[in-house]
Amino acid sequence: MSRALTVLDAGPLTTVQDGGRRGYAHLGVPRSGWLDAPAARLANRLVGNVAGAALAETTVGGVTFRAEAALTVAVTGAEADVLVDGRGAAWGEPISLPAGAVLRVGPARRGVRSYVAVAGGLDVPPVLGSRSTDRLSGLGPPPLADGQVLPVGPGRRPHPLDVPRVAVTDGVLRVAEGPREDWVRGGARRLVENAWTVAPDSDRVALRLAGPPLDRARSGELPSEGLVLGAVQVPPDGQPLVFLADHPTTGGYPVIGVVALDDLWQCAQLRPGESVGFRHVAG
Amino acid sequence: MQVLPAGPDALLVELPLPAEVPLLYADVCRDLTCADLVPGARTLLLDGVADLDAARDYLAAWVPAGGSADRVGPVVELPTTYDGADLDDVARRWGMTRAEAVATHSGAEHTVAFVGFAPGFAYCTGLPPELSVARLDRPRARVPAGAVGLAGEYTGVYPTASPGGWRLVGRTEARLWDADRDEPALLTPGTRVRFVEVTG
Repeated sequence: MSRALTVLDAGPLTTVQDGGRRGYAHLGVPRSGWLDAPAARLANRLVGNVAGAALAETTVGGVTFRAEAALTVAVTGAEADVLVDGRGAAWGEPISLPAGAVLRVGPARRGVRSYVAVAGGLDVPPVLGSRSTDRLSGLGPPPLADGQVLPVGPGRRPHPLDVPRVAVTDGVLRVAEGPREDWVRGGARRLVENAWTVAPDSDRVALRLAGPPLDRARSGELPSEGLVLGAVQVPPDGQPLVFLADHPTTGGYPVIGVVALDDLWQCAQLRPGESVGFRHVAG
Repeated sequence: MQVLPAGPDALLVELPLPAEVPLLYADVCRDLTCADLVPGARTLLLDGVADLDAARDYLAAWVPAGGSADRVGPVVELPTTYDGADLDDVARRWGMTRAEAVATHSGAEHTVAFVGFAPGFAYCTGLPPELSVARLDRPRARVPAGAVGLAGEYTGVYPTASPGGWRLVGRTEARLWDADRDEPALLTPGTRVRFVEVTG
């Protein structure tokens, strides 16, 4: 039988993600790609994949697949119950699925996004060199749907040993100076001094924050300019947001800080209502 | 020129004149190694810079040397039917007849200043500043692919159907975006654009 996973229950939002499509921002194409990079890379390592292999990224609610051939899979990221044909299996370790086995990844116990890697990678057609679903522009495969069959590439021998990382978010994001710090009264210091909570409309585009509104130090329009991953932007309502992988390539609201790359995985796993703080670091 | 901080491996360069953005973009494309180069209205973002110190030195020494024929982008002609829902409104704002407005828009040479909003959505400059028009107060829920619109100092063509607040003056059959093409965007930064009126 051909190597494939059939989606039995796609959950609330499960997408295919890889390292993303960099190099097209000048054409208005977001970079996209997995949000929790360390978790996704670990999942690929556990099943012996090349670093950029495509895998599934869940959102809170989990996902259920049926293996159409004998396949090796691993689940990382947000901790969740992992069941194979109804029996408990290991989170953060390679799992051998016989042909016909049903893999169920339960709702996240904490965090938001679990990663399901399969040896050989999800072999959906790439768009501009990437298999990532981009929720902003719609490029890449649509989110997974029940009944869909996902082809899987040829597997390699898994690495003998890797150490799963049970990463716990502390909600503290290191932030360096952004290009338009002077557009907000008090600048990035105001980010550090205040307590924030994750807003419910956070998604793959941005972690949106709620807290005491930041006041603009100057009025007027900022002509559209390029945005980086992790940019902390302040829209007119004064509620900052941290741009994640599906962020627009340009924007017209001031960017007052940039979150450290190594802290962005937390933005992938923080839940609405959870606390967020910022710590200032040199740029 | 101002070089602004933009994170651990990026610089945002603000230029004194918008016309200098395409010149710097072309030079940096040729001379520096970056993961992404994103022109804006007045800025160029260097993102994923391989060597930040070298980039800073390069920018400090850069002088705009423009105008020579080898520095201007390719020309793309867009056959355009000027029958947009807002054409009469735009003509009135410009104090012109409909025919004069069409002649003014199609007679200008436009240049892609930058691409944003959506894949392949080019912001083209070329109209004189006094012909700037505000966006619609209420954006349309759906603007079809190929619609030619005006907002501020820019002309844009919708590469795919989307919501949009630009004032629509016409439409083109040209395929602005095709992810399966070698060059997915028809209009890239620096491309010169001529809107050629199609009648009938």
